[in-house]
Amino acid sequence: MTPMDFDQALPVIFMALMGLSMLVYVVSDGYDLGVGMLMHRASDADKDVMLASIGPFWDANETWLVLGVGILLVAFPKAHGLVLGELYLPVTLMLVGLILRGVAFDFRVKARDTHKLTWDRLFFAGSLLASVAQGWMLGRYVSGFGVGWNYPLFAAAIAVALPMAYVLMGAAWLIMKTEGELQERAVAWARIAWAPMVGGLVLISMATPWVSPTVRERWFALPELIALMAIPLMTAGCLLAVRALLHTRQVRGPLCWLPFVLLVLVFVLGFLGLAYSLYPYVVLDQLTIWDAASSPEALKVILVGVCISVPAIAGYTVFSYRVFRGKTGELKYA
Amino acid sequence: MDALILARMQFAANITFHILFPTITIALGWVLLFFRWRWLMSQRSGDMAHAQGWLDAYRFWTKVFALSFALGVVSGVTMSFQFGTNWPGFMEQVGNIAGPLLAYEVLTAFFLEAGFLGVMLFGHGRVSERVHLMATFFVALGTTLSAFWILALNSWMQTPAGHEVRGGVYHVSSWLEVIFNPSFPYRLTHMLLASALTCAFLLTGLSAWKVLKGVAQRSAPRVMRVGLTMAALLVPLQIFVGDLHGLNTLKHQPAKIAAMEGVWETQRGAPLLLFAVPDAERRMNHFEIAVPKLASLILTHQLDGQVQGMNDFINAHPPPLPVFFAFRIMIGMGLLMLATSWLGWWLLRRKRWQPAQLPRKLLWLFAGMTFSGWVATVAGWYVTEIGRQPFIVQGLVRTADVVAQVPAPMVGLTLALYMTLYLALTVAYIAVLKYMAEKPETPRPVDAGSPSLLQGARP
Repeated sequence: MTPMDFDQALPVIFMALMGLSMLVYVVSDGYDLGVGMLMHRASDADKDVMLASIGPFWDANETWLVLGVGILLVAFPKAHGLVLGELYLPVTLMLVGLILRGVAFDFRVKARDTHKLTWDRLFFAGSLLASVAQGWMLGRYVSGFGVGWNYPLFAAAIAVALPMAYVLMGAAWLIMKTEGELQERAVAWARIAWAPMVGGLVLISMATPWVSPTVRERWFALPELIALMAIPLMTAGCLLAVRALLHTRQVRGPLCWLPFVLLVLVFVLGFLGLAYSLYPYVVLDQLTIWDAASSPEALKVILVGVCISVPAIAGYTVFSYRVFRGKTGELKYA
Repeated sequence: MDALILARMQFAANITFHILFPTITIALGWVLLFFRWRWLMSQRSGDMAHAQGWLDAYRFWTKVFALSFALGVVSGVTMSFQFGTNWPGFMEQVGNIAGPLLAYEVLTAFFLEAGFLGVMLFGHGRVSERVHLMATFFVALGTTLSAFWILALNSWMQTPAGHEVRGGVYHVSSWLEVIFNPSFPYRLTHMLLASALTCAFLLTGLSAWKVLKGVAQRSAPRVMRVGLTMAALLVPLQIFVGDLHGLNTLKHQPAKIAAMEGVWETQRGAPLLLFAVPDAERRMNHFEIAVPKLASLILTHQLDGQVQGMNDFINAHPPPLPVFFAFRIMIGMGLLMLATSWLGWWLLRRKRWQPAQLPRKLLWLFAGMTFSGWVATVAGWYVTEIGRQPFIVQGLVRTADVVAQVPAPMVGLTLALYMTLYLALTVAYIAVLKYMAEKPETPRPVDAGSPSLLQGARP
């Protein structure tokens, strides 16, 4: 490969930024969507604590989705139209889900008590709808919007697996942020969600090369295969460690943060694998990042803003998590 | 109906629903900062009863802010998708200009407000008084910055400047000219004032409702005074700025003005139409009630000033009917707000700022005007956005050329879905605000509980 000049490297930088935003989104909104999907299994007192644990964060979590889609929109306008045109209906359903859960969150504590149950149900339903729609979209996107009987099946499998992954994340978040009975329940929920999540992940890893020849060629070539094996092996290690941890006493005490961190690592590894499969396409086999990118001048202007603001965003995100660190207490306005 | 109309309706539904909430939060953020500051000041001077009033006000309105903000965030997420789902051609053609402006909005504004919102809403007692005040400031700043960037983009679409075309794609030649395009200063000021007025009438209206329901203790009189004072000062200013904005539009978008005034033929001494039903098919007005020469006087500040008519812009002027009526709704609401705020302020002052002493009819009027800012703001946006049609970028890019090739039934289905959801949520929002206002204020004493309160009291 010839070395790239800066103008050619710009789309790569923006692809990385977009990927990073999406990764942060999936991890951060993943745990709060997961908590939402666990709501219907919780008692009323537990619900308040569960929501309090995600209360200060969910707004900012969702903003990463706006940034990710925003970068797709501003840096790769051709891809934005193509991707969102293909995903028109699931995008709508996801947005309806996100709207419902976002507002239910705020309405439930302010509406009259008799309406609280309705808002709780909407919170659950919205979380589920958004997660399933995201899974479907991921499945369609990864397979390059292919046509044929096997593609929708593949997307449907991910539409089941991704919510399971979110549930597992949500349970791990609760193990970290709560104590006592609720924490005990969260451990039980995590155990239940583990198997379907792992099953889904294995299925996707095997099915992706099957539905896409491009991906197959990239992964199953020597000597790359040997280096690449690190990704699935580390993922497997993390997931098994989570499984083992859930049966220990320490997970209720000093190691309560570990399952969550390991799961974040699983998401990061999965993301790396996906990035390797797709690059340099922004839509698999159809559109490369250079075909889809905006002009270098526009990208440079955005990059300046990114370089200044992303460290600041990282800074105050860390600050916010530090302010609300530790076990969740009661959440009171001002 | 064709896909273009449906796509426009869907986008309009979304953006209408979205703008309701930023319109409240942009100004309410600063108002909260003010309440907070008054609380700190009165606490320092040792006036505890006074301090409690401001603290109660801060607590109640923080909840309103949280709810409005949440609705703004979720509908804002929807917006970021709909640029692509509805208008893919827009970003392909002018993405080099619109993209960075949108990116700056997300990077500087969205994250600032969302990042500090958690600390502002729930952080009291966990962080120092100063940090909490800073968090409130950053949230207010974030909402205002957000308005700055998005209005820069919208104004560029109305009065494009600082660009050049290379190979059918728009590129930036000067960012300063793009951002500070001719209509931007007017539009930004007009919108920030609209937000302040929406907020002022919300403050006044909900406080009046508290008084009517007999649950007003300490906060409502203070809040109502703030709201009415804001309104009484800012409505005249808004009318002045609106006039300047109109003159700017006349210079840069004469077709929009022609539609707003229902003028078909270019003429000197154009009459002001108080009422008419513009008919785009027959290119004439029905049922005109006119004041001679007044439109020319208002628009050109001369009795015989020339006003261009829509017949000078065949196939390049907006549909007059919605623009004409939306404009009159905005103006009518503005005049009603002027009368209400001046009368209300004067009477409240005579009653020594005790709203319980006011005639109940006046309180009912305030309560009825709670969401008057929404009506005026949305009507104003309809004037400016429908008034730009048939272009998406005035004079350069036509809306019909950038619309997505999504089948009409699909757009119709999702439109129905969104409309149902938005209507239900707007009703729920208003119902919950009403319910919150009716709940008695639970006296949480200043000197008990929160450790940060004591910190704040230290000199």
